Amino acid sequence: MGRQETLLYLDGVCVSFDGFRAINNLSLIVGHNELQAIIGPNGAGKTTMMDIITGKTRPDEGEVYFSGTVDLTRLDEAAIAELGIGRKFQKPTVFESHTVWDNLELALKKPRDVFSAWFYHPSEEDTDRIGEILETVRLTARAQERAANLSHGQKQWLEIGMLLAQDPQLLLVDEPVAGMTDAETVETAKLLKDIATTRSVVVVEHDMSFIRDLAARVTVLAEGSVLAQGSLDHVSADPRVIESYLGR
Amino acid sequence: MITQTLFRALDRKAIFVVLALLVVAVAVPASNLYLPAGHPLRVPNHFVPLFGKYLTYAMLALALDLVWGYCGILSLGHGAFFALGGYAMGMYLMRQIGDRGVYANPILPDFMVFLNWKELPWFWHGFDMFWFAALMVVLVPGLLAFVFGWFAFRSRVTGVYLSIISQAMTYALLLAFFRNDMGFGGNNGLTDFKDILGAPLQSGTTRAALFAASAIALALAFLVCSAIVRSKLGKVLVAVRDAESRTRFLGYRVDHYKLFAFTASAVMAGIAGALYVPQVGIINPGEFAPANSIEIVIWTAVGGRGTLIGPIIGAVLVNAGKSWFTGIFPEFWLFALGGLFVAVTIFLPKGIVGAFTGGWSALKARRASARAEEGTGLSGDLEPSPAE
Repeated sequence: MGRQETLLYLDGVCVSFDGFRAINNLSLIVGHNELQAIIGPNGAGKTTMMDIITGKTRPDEGEVYFSGTVDLTRLDEAAIAELGIGRKFQKPTVFESHTVWDNLELALKKPRDVFSAWFYHPSEEDTDRIGEILETVRLTARAQERAANLSHGQKQWLEIGMLLAQDPQLLLVDEPVAGMTDAETVETAKLLKDIATTRSVVVVEHDMSFIRDLAARVTVLAEGSVLAQGSLDHVSADPRVIESYLGR
Repeated sequence: MITQTLFRALDRKAIFVVLALLVVAVAVPASNLYLPAGHPLRVPNHFVPLFGKYLTYAMLALALDLVWGYCGILSLGHGAFFALGGYAMGMYLMRQIGDRGVYANPILPDFMVFLNWKELPWFWHGFDMFWFAALMVVLVPGLLAFVFGWFAFRSRVTGVYLSIISQAMTYALLLAFFRNDMGFGGNNGLTDFKDILGAPLQSGTTRAALFAASAIALALAFLVCSAIVRSKLGKVLVAVRDAESRTRFLGYRVDHYKLFAFTASAVMAGIAGALYVPQVGIINPGEFAPANSIEIVIWTAVGGRGTLIGPIIGAVLVNAGKSWFTGIFPEFWLFALGGLFVAVTIFLPKGIVGAFTGGWSALKARRASARAEEGTGLSGDLEPSPAE
């Protein structure tokens, strides 16, 4: 697949922190409407990779392109988010003193400048969209409650809802099922698969049964580069993967 | 769109506060001017500028609350914007003195004659016109805040580091304004004002008018803050306060939002300073003292940050307390102020207003649960509790 046909294209990316190579010659491709799972032991560089894609960290070398043409290494977080890359953090991060509704309203895809925000009035369309997302993430009954009062799992869902409200082309989802019950985990897998029918989703997770539910292409990261790629069964049979997970 | 936003700013509470301030703006001057001396309801002469001063402090605290309470920027240099607004007004008042000064120089203020200056420095030109001074009252603090904020927020200076450099900024200005060759009257500052817009400053009517102007300016500042805070812009500011990087990853330019709040706040502080100076009759470099800026933080904390009414209540109460306290135990005021800050931080972390509204909603919740237990709570006024 050439760069032009990809949604996200990383080639030969390296990043060091104080001499430690967190990302080492990483190359990765995400296609349109693709659901991809990324696994790897602690310190494999999963979160750093997300930092690079979203503009938080600048790579020392390598290419990062969005939609084949946009060079992400030249843009900052806000510009990248506006391009259509949404990110869910490892630790659920929602605006705790705002209501669930306001959290979604803030995330809704609208002009982000100061004065548009000052004079913003939700249109009927906006209200409907927020209502729709509330249904999707099952928080309709709690719409007017402060986000701080939600359970851990509900905060995770609210954050996924905020991603949806942003209407991104690519969702980067870091450990979405941490702290969820088994039933919630199954629901989350369904939700993400559903989302991936209209946009691309990259999920970082440790939970193997969740990855299995996703039934997605799996990329294994270790020591900052790609170790193996393929179906879950394929990569978990790979002796190098077994070694990197168990051999240390 | 704009009218809608303004309309939304006027919820019941805001209407109440604005009306109360307008009533004060009329009632206090009227009682002072029209009631006979000795009448129990008459506000004594010396109280008019004193209360007027409290109102300008309230506006200053409100300005700080917009950046600290809502956007999480703890500025320890807000006194600088207040003082700069005050100096701009002071320069106008100096030029109004004209040849009535001690040296009777029609152009040069007394201190310049004293320093043997032959002509007016360039930055004093234009201050003989009120409209120009009024423009500078807004422009100078606004521009300083914009430049300071531009560099600080773009380089993502936050938290205690930002507090420290804002403190350093006001301290640097203090040192600069102390110097005689800066051209702002050095140590003594600007004083001996005679009149404003042709009206003598010492007259009761002028003082009453200044008081009314302060109350109206505070009401307007309250309205503007309310329009900001209740809009989506205000929600973004709170979002920045609570989870800055989340806001950034949603695509908001956090530095622009901070810059807007900081500049708007500095402009409000400058206007408050301009109203303060004619009522107290002097502006000197002491206004730039870091301790002043810290006091503003204490007023805001005492009243309740993150609420718009809190800083107004805090500024008026603490300063009324200061006037009373320094009357009886002048040496102990700073200890009392420090103690107050510690006590508020420990016992009333949300300030007076926060404690009041918190207590009120706790009481309501308790009543509601008591009613529910008695089995009479089915009337529908209970929030439906979602099944978990």
